[in-house]
Amino acid sequence: MPGVALAREYKYMCSDPGQELIRQDIRDHGLDRIVVAACSPHLHEKTFRHAVAEAGLNPYYFHMVNLREHDSWVHADKPAAAAKAMDLIRAAVRRVRWHVPLERRQAPIHANALVVGGGIAGIDAALTLASAGKHVYLVEREPTIGGHMAQFDKTFPTLDCAACILTPKMTAVKSNPNITLWSYSEVRRVEGYVGNYDVEIRRKPRYIIEDLCVGCLECIQACVFKQAKVPDEFNLGLGKRKPVYIPFPQAVPQLVVIDPETCIEFKSGKCKKTCVEVCAERNAIDFKQKEKIENIRVGTIILATGFETFDPVRVPYYGYGLYPNVYTSLEVERLVNASGPTGGEIVLRDGRKPATVGIVHCVGSRDVNTNRYCSRVCCMYSLKLAHLIKEKTGAEVIEFYIDMRAPGKAFEEFYNRVAEEGVSFVRGKVADIYPAGNGDGRLILQAEDTLLGMVRKIPVDMVVLSVGLEPRPDANDVRRLFNIGCSGDGFFLERHPKLAPVSTFADGIFVAGCCQGPKDIPDTVAQSGAAAAQALALIDAGVIELEPNTAYVTEDACCGCKTCIPLCPYSAISFLEEKKARINEVLCKGCGTCVAACPSGSIRQNLFEDQQIFEEIGGILTYA
Amino acid sequence: MKPKVAFYWCASCGGCEEAVVDLDEEILNVVNAVDIVFWPVALDFKRRDVEAMPDGSILASFINGAIRNSEQREMAETLRAKSQVVVAFGSCAQLGGIPGLANLFDAKEILQEVYGDGVRPQMVHRENGHSLSLPEFFDTVLALDRVIGVDYYLPGCPPTPKIIAGALHALLGADLPPKGAVLAPDHALCEQCPRKDTRPEKLVLKEFKRPHQMIADQQTCLLAQGLACLGPGTRAGCEALCPQGNMPCTGCFGPTSRVRDFGAKALSAIASVIDGNTEAEIARALDAVPDPAGTFYRYSLPSSLLGRRRMG
Ligand SMILES: Cc1cc2nc3c(=O)[nH]c(=O)nc-3n(C[C@H](O)[C@H](O)[C@H](O)COP(=O)(O)OP(=O)(O)OC[C@H]3O[C@@H](n4cnc5c(N)ncnc54)[C@H](O)[C@@H]3O)c2cc1C
Ligand code: SF4
Ligand code: SF4
Repeated sequence: MPGVALAREYKYMCSDPGQELIRQDIRDHGLDRIVVAACSPHLHEKTFRHAVAEAGLNPYYFHMVNLREHDSWVHADKPAAAAKAMDLIRAAVRRVRWHVPLERRQAPIHANALVVGGGIAGIDAALTLASAGKHVYLVEREPTIGGHMAQFDKTFPTLDCAACILTPKMTAVKSNPNITLWSYSEVRRVEGYVGNYDVEIRRKPRYIIEDLCVGCLECIQACVFKQAKVPDEFNLGLGKRKPVYIPFPQAVPQLVVIDPETCIEFKSGKCKKTCVEVCAERNAIDFKQKEKIENIRVGTIILATGFETFDPVRVPYYGYGLYPNVYTSLEVERLVNASGPTGGEIVLRDGRKPATVGIVHCVGSRDVNTNRYCSRVCCMYSLKLAHLIKEKTGAEVIEFYIDMRAPGKAFEEFYNRVAEEGVSFVRGKVADIYPAGNGDGRLILQAEDTLLGMVRKIPVDMVVLSVGLEPRPDANDVRRLFNIGCSGDGFFLERHPKLAPVSTFADGIFVAGCCQGPKDIPDTVAQSGAAAAQALALIDAGVIELEPNTAYVTEDACCGCKTCIPLCPYSAISFLEEKKARINEVLCKGCGTCVAACPSGSIRQNLFEDQQIFEEIGGILTYA
Repeated sequence: MKPKVAFYWCASCGGCEEAVVDLDEEILNVVNAVDIVFWPVALDFKRRDVEAMPDGSILASFINGAIRNSEQREMAETLRAKSQVVVAFGSCAQLGGIPGLANLFDAKEILQEVYGDGVRPQMVHRENGHSLSLPEFFDTVLALDRVIGVDYYLPGCPPTPKIIAGALHALLGADLPPKGAVLAPDHALCEQCPRKDTRPEKLVLKEFKRPHQMIADQQTCLLAQGLACLGPGTRAGCEALCPQGNMPCTGCFGPTSRVRDFGAKALSAIASVIDGNTEAEIARALDAVPDPAGTFYRYSLPSSLLGRRRMG
């Protein structure tokens, strides 16, 4: 082949002796370009670049032919594949001649981190980072951290008391000097790149001066509303709260919130303000409080924004919202909770205790009409709820399931235990729920029992819909804000499903917990630990090395047509005042979109210069 | 002795000849400065007059039009031998031009289209012992530089008076531009377009419009108004004549020096602004581009990477 000074075959070129062979040949023969045709650049591009560099050659004078993904893995016809390998090698030899020396650049990593979402995932990640001595900003949208876990009574499969294991972590967040907790806050703007993110956070007014409020909660007592009248969000409307409230007794931070929608002072300005009276010299109530904007710089970001439960109104034949005795599982979590709206008593809306309870699995999961995926936790939390209902009421509990999925540690044992406790199981998807029609308020669950091969109609007092886990409704906005991707189901997309499960395609931004997909608490915590470790690895490295395969605008040539500006998936291109485009090298991932698009050819890309690509095409199309 | 120049036309519409005449007063300066030794459109010279000249005796030959038959090729070769400098004059000579769209067909198909099953031109005609022959009609239209070496290119359909005058001054001046240069600025047209600043940073269109379907606003970027303006990919030099006349750029000045395939880039300029996620949405957006090859490769098909449609 023209230009080739030396060709070698060696079985394990990637091994130490193989690399040494390359180094030796470079020295002995004065080689100035190296092509390796072997497995895949994914595996060994780094290895060989390194070997080439050690022999004193610029590592970008090296090019690797991908014989795996581009050839052997995708062809069955061996002679044809061998011929293609030759073409690919010829292409590489022609291309590499046009390579120029390139330098890797470094970007510093700011040591502070941001965690968005204060559920168990965010709490755990923040605590881990803080315990490693890093400063963490934890931003939570609601007035308190805790997320969904704070709403549960017990957790499967061990039946640990949720509050007992969660609240110590919540208070640890508050007391940790390395954590700045901003609840009732949201991220509004994110700019910059790995190591240097500038973030703007909007802190909503809670009409309480944080530093002055001591969390005595006397104002709630004193409120002119003697009875709580407002449906309480934390209890999903099953209980009531006052306009001044705290979501639940162990809320962190221990600060009340005033809801301007229902507070009389906000409505009419004519309230007696008994709350202010009782707060007295503490003077913590401020009706004029405005939202506050905080600007911070962080090096890494962990997204832990969690999930939302499926709204069963979307499956009308289950009658949720129509029949009062149809509940969602999350509502029942509150009913069985000792600190819940009924003090842990399971009573129906009319005050009756249910004698039979039907639990319907897979509501909004594994269903072509709603979500195709399995929400992973519903089987297990249904068993948990069955156990708790049985324990507290002695009711007969029947679970309607499609498949019982119990693959986690101690899950199968838990299933057996609940079955032994006398919970009944019907294998079949519930097709319809309707009133019994005899005035006793019961509901008929109709399902085809696939084990018995017959349709069954079973009357119950209470229906629990085991609703699935869905991405938050604003997941797409959040994703755009942080410039990461979503998978088809709407959950945040990880960089690699197996090998980079908490990284995203935005460097320095990680995901943890249910925002990445449905999972239970153990998996959530494992992920938040992994995300924290990844963030720490970056922070402690202090700098990040950037591949030089980035695009750049030849500014003299750019006509300022703006074609490229909106195309970059990483928002790396900005339009300068002097009416030229400029690419931020640190943000550029080298995808080449803008290079292909620039109509006047004014964007070029390192390692993908036109000349290199045309030579490559030429090499492939030339018959040897 | 005044330097000698020649003008010649190959496959072209004659507009380029017109452009020379359009030089107005400047033409007189030209006539004063040079000696026109060959210009079949305006002056009565014969082929044998050129053939009789010594090699290299002409300073510059300005050849317009593409090459699509054997006579044009022979004339181009003759002029090449007689000239120190050959300038490809206008889009057809530079890129293949509008005649180059014939590369979507071959000679047989074209003759069939034009003559149908009627009488076909005879290649040789004999009369009284004399014989007349027609030049061979090629399957493939070629840009001038695929046939002979070209020293400079003057873009445009036709080149504007300013561009022509500039080229003449450059050639008669002391410092010749580097060989192979296109004698026009190496920017895209947006640079010269008075509407440039009105293009939004984020431009997305659900549909394009054709010029006859709307009356475009006089100030706003035409692309932003939904007209498939090729300004972002087209070399500057015309000073945005078409956009100033409220018409979108059709790309006659060809690509910048950094682009190998004009049509592909023009297509990417237009495709980049389409807001469509499904094939149907994209197809709908492109309804106003009924002839993509004729739109994006209007002047440049013969000099594109592929050059022509596959034959046979
Ligand atoms: C009914 C039910 C019962 C369950 N029972 C169990 C069980 O027994 N055992 C078990 O292991 N798992 C159980 N799970 C699963 C468990 O809920 C999840 O594994 C866990 O809550 C995931 O935690 P997270 O932090 O990822 O998400 P979440 O708990 O949803 O927390 C996310 C937090 O982020 C905040 N947030 C969201 N968006 C933003 C934003 N844009 N900006 C700032 N903050 C934001 C939210 O307010 C919330 O505080 C159950 C789930 C359900 C639905
Ligand atoms: S190459 Fe891709 S990532 Fe880099 S600036 Fe261009 S569009 Fe953005
Ligand atoms: S597409 Fe090219 S010419 Fe247009 S603004 Fe971007 S870099 Fe400049």
